[in-house]
Amino acid sequence: MPDNSTIRIKAKKKSDFIEVKALITHPMENGLRKDQETGNLAPAHFIEEIECQLNGQVVMTAVWGGGISKNPYLAFQIKGGKVGDVVALKWTDNQGKTDEVTASVK
Amino acid sequence: MIMSIARRTFLKATFAASSTVALGALPIAAMADWPKAAFEAKTVSDALKVLYSSLDVTNSPDIKLEAPDVAENGAVVPVTVSTQLADVETITIIAEKNAVPLIGQFKLTKNSVAYVSTRIKMAETSHVVAVVKAGGKLYSTKKSVTVTAGGCGG
Repeated sequence: MPDNSTIRIKAKKKSDFIEVKALITHPMENGLRKDQETGNLAPAHFIEEIECQLNGQVVMTAVWGGGISKNPYLAFQIKGGKVGDVVALKWTDNQGKTDEVTASVK
Repeated sequence: MIMSIARRTFLKATFAASSTVALGALPIAAMADWPKAAFEAKTVSDALKVLYSSLDVTNSPDIKLEAPDVAENGAVVPVTVSTQLADVETITIIAEKNAVPLIGQFKLTKNSVAYVSTRIKMAETSHVVAVVKAGGKLYSTKKSVTVTAGGCGG
């Protein structure tokens, strides 16, 4: 996985499911927080949508608000699967930025 | 007197700004299915109305909601929701007393295990609510989390 990715992801085969754990680097500003120095509200900047695919097929999506913590952590599980399957995770934020990463199941 | 003029100006400016924002956001909103109104809702029931068009929610012991009893840092509160309920379509996480109560909604498929774990912001001590839609019906459970230092005005 490239070092400049905002997503760190691990996909591990367990008994009858794949466990996916991801850490995303993102400010997750909800637009309600005052900037300590200027006293102005920090503009809203948060991930709105998450999509996860297994071997190119969507298995989970999520819609988020600014209530998810800064540098979001996300863990979820996919039924079945096997070692070598490809898990992809993509996010899109309220400013239209996006990033995605793939990982093979270990 | 001065106050009321300022208030009027402020209101005008706010209305002007909000209509601009609404127009500007229209094409994006039409493309994505991010439920803006649900994230603007100020109460749990308003958010649920937008998300599910229903308030018919049954308390269920079959939802497992894991969160700390006491969160020393409201900016980072670990929350895990899982359930044995069959045919789970969505899992929604809500922090009752946040300015924006809706934290997020996870849409599962037949290939997902009904399990999600994340970290949320909590502005103050309140219930965390997990709402699960399974087999077309809504179920929920909640847990009180005491917040000793609020997180990010959330």
